[in-house]
Amino acid sequence: MNDSLDPRVNRLRLDKNDGSFKVEEGENWNVFEVFHQEKRGAHHEHVGCVHAPDASLALIFAKEQFGRRKKCVNLWVVRSADILAFDLEDEDMFANNPDKTYRDASGFKVMEKINKFKAQTK
Amino acid sequence: MQLQQAIQELITKMADDELVIGHRNSEWTGLGPVMEEDIAFSSMAQDKIGHAWALYRILHESFGGSDPDQFAFLRNAQDFRCCHFVEMPIGSYEFSLMRHFLFDHAETVRYQSLSGSSFTALQHLAGKVKGELKYHTLHADAWVIQLCTAGADSRQRMQSALDNCFQLAGGIFEPGEGEDLLIAEHIYPGEAALYQQWLNNISPVIEKAGLILPALTAPVYGGRKGQHTQYLQQLLEEMGEVFRLDPEATW
Repeated sequence: MNDSLDPRVNRLRLDKNDGSFKVEEGENWNVFEVFHQEKRGAHHEHVGCVHAPDASLALIFAKEQFGRRKKCVNLWVVRSADILAFDLEDEDMFANNPDKTYRDASGFKVMEKINKFKAQTK
Repeated sequence: MQLQQAIQELITKMADDELVIGHRNSEWTGLGPVMEEDIAFSSMAQDKIGHAWALYRILHESFGGSDPDQFAFLRNAQDFRCCHFVEMPIGSYEFSLMRHFLFDHAETVRYQSLSGSSFTALQHLAGKVKGELKYHTLHADAWVIQLCTAGADSRQRMQSALDNCFQLAGGIFEPGEGEDLLIAEHIYPGEAALYQQWLNNISPVIEKAGLILPALTAPVYGGRKGQHTQYLQQLLEEMGEVFRLDPEATW
């Protein structure tokens, strides 16, 4: 017996689990992750999520949730379920990163060369 | 009628429509069907009030009219020039959504026509609200199509909402007295032209949604002459209640 308070769940008639129910397109809303772009050419940055029946309405909702204050030139939405991520327990794959400072790009000393090149081309 | 007076009447009816529908739509704040929609609908209601304020400011600055807040909050119903459509109570969500769809397309057509107006204050405003209105109609179109393709019951409710709204929506385009002068002076193209363009714009969405557009047999006129439904005075009393406590207060 299913006693959810959510009408969307109750509509599914999960208690009658004989395979007779069908989920109509748009009936069950998905979560969409929202990415905000501050200016053209900039990275889209993750800002939060919205519930929506499909991607186009998610974008419409995202505009008012995340694009009505401050500067914004574009938004992306992507269904949360379409994002593939590592399991939390796989975090140990990254554990030794802080030790590998030789991989940090800050180790390269190029500014002198760049400045020299700039001076030459002037 | 003098041209100056005709322009003021055009601006007043536009502004009163925006103020009243803005207030009506804001009545959904906190009651919307889902949080995301609640925020979007409230935000657009705020935009409408902003459009009304910009128009009242034109009356104030270009024609020596009274202060925008006083003009908005201290007039009685018979001095308003809004159409009956915007006065109607919010009803069910499908009614409010359908009104939003029909009204915002009409508003878009009106501002588009004003982008070529010989009256520069309106021309500037048309450029300023363009992006907002693009979002408003995008939102309305998406909802109409979404709900009309979400099963027979949903489609039927949207069709009833359209049937209930349509003659009222015709009242947006009630012809005005000084219209010929406004057309001749290229202020705007007149209500009949706007109505035709509005039909052209809503028809593809109506068709995509599988709705049947009723014939405009009895458009509800009177609002532009100051004749209103009982609902307007109630709305005005509620809307201006705090303002009238101290009309001289600064906010």
